[in-house]
Amino acid sequence: MFNTFAYAAADTVRQIAAQTAAAAQESLFVTIMKGFSNLAVPIVLFVVIVLGFTKKVKVYETFISGAKEGFSVAVNIIPYLVAILVAIGMFRASGAMAYLTQILSPVTNLIGLPAEALPAALMRPLSGSGSLGIITELMTKHGPDSFIGRLASTFYGSTETTFYVIAVYFGSIGIRKTRHAIASGLIGDLAGLLMAVFICHVVFG
Amino acid sequence: MNYVWLILMVVALIVGAINGNLEAVTTAAVEYAEVAVDISLGLIGIMAFWLGIMKIAEEGGIIKILSRAIRPIAKFLFPEIPPDHPAIGTMLMNIIANWLGLSNAATPLGLKAMKDLQTLNKSEDTATNSMVMFLALNTASITIIPMTIIAVRAKLGSANPFEIISTSVFASTCATIAAVTAAKLLKRLPGIRKSNPNREPETPVEKGGNNV
Repeated sequence: MFNTFAYAAADTVRQIAAQTAAAAQESLFVTIMKGFSNLAVPIVLFVVIVLGFTKKVKVYETFISGAKEGFSVAVNIIPYLVAILVAIGMFRASGAMAYLTQILSPVTNLIGLPAEALPAALMRPLSGSGSLGIITELMTKHGPDSFIGRLASTFYGSTETTFYVIAVYFGSIGIRKTRHAIASGLIGDLAGLLMAVFICHVVFG
Repeated sequence: MNYVWLILMVVALIVGAINGNLEAVTTAAVEYAEVAVDISLGLIGIMAFWLGIMKIAEEGGIIKILSRAIRPIAKFLFPEIPPDHPAIGTMLMNIIANWLGLSNAATPLGLKAMKDLQTLNKSEDTATNSMVMFLALNTASITIIPMTIIAVRAKLGSANPFEIISTSVFASTCATIAAVTAAKLLKRLPGIRKSNPNREPETPVEKGGNNV
């Protein structure tokens, strides 16, 4: 009796120790990465300007001539972004998401994606703020450290908002025929989702 | 894109009618149109800033150095782009900015890369294979620290808001591999190949001719 208790206690201690070690390591990694992110832009700016100057580039004039195009690029994007965001906004407001969730839930149950997380997964490629809203709601309800919370966080962190990226990037140069861009992007999103489900079952399951 | 847009719009209108939500649907249209303009115009300043910096980088030869540094990978992903082309250097900068989660820099750099890619495009309005590949890399982009979601987790009282970093990096690496593979394979489909604005006009000497 006492033995079992002692073993259990020892186990718990070992687990906690392992967890703290992992947490400490991760936070060191995070600190380094954050420092790197914060320094990246200043370093790039310094190198570009100083190296440009030593190569006899007229830095100020060159900057102005490049920056001039900023306005037209931003304005070019407007029609593309209006088209896609309006369609997505209308789709969300109509309540079609609920039907889509219903139709797809038998399939997603099979692969181990909880039904509650499905709307967030479907929203991810369509709308960044929309999916973040749904995921925040999920985590408020189930807790950020629940399986659903961790899974939703993982797939939010693992892909971009495909339709937004396509509209903005192609819009900026006036490309209307996108060929296989959407298919490739969505295949990537699907793979990201499936692998998020898989790895979360392995790591947190 | 035509079908995606058509389906989103038609389904929204039909389902909205069934649910008696049509008013909300039209309100959403107006709201999101404004959001789209806000986002676009919000890009002007940061866009101008990075385009200015990138112009200096180009004339100073930095972009060329970057392009040369990743020639083997670039050759695999973007066989259509001549080596040393500035587009490769700009794309590399965009992808690194994505890794580091610098979204303020990533978008302007990405748009600059699209501009550089467009110089290699023989058409005005049709995407090239290289553009699709670049977007595949971007839509599945790897972020080493997804700060947004970590901040939300921390706010909601997570014991370890960072614990999803490793799972995210794993999932996004897989997503990237899948998207790149898809872009590589899909460009061989007959319909997609035909729409390639840069395809050689010569009469095809079929390599395999075993298309099903």
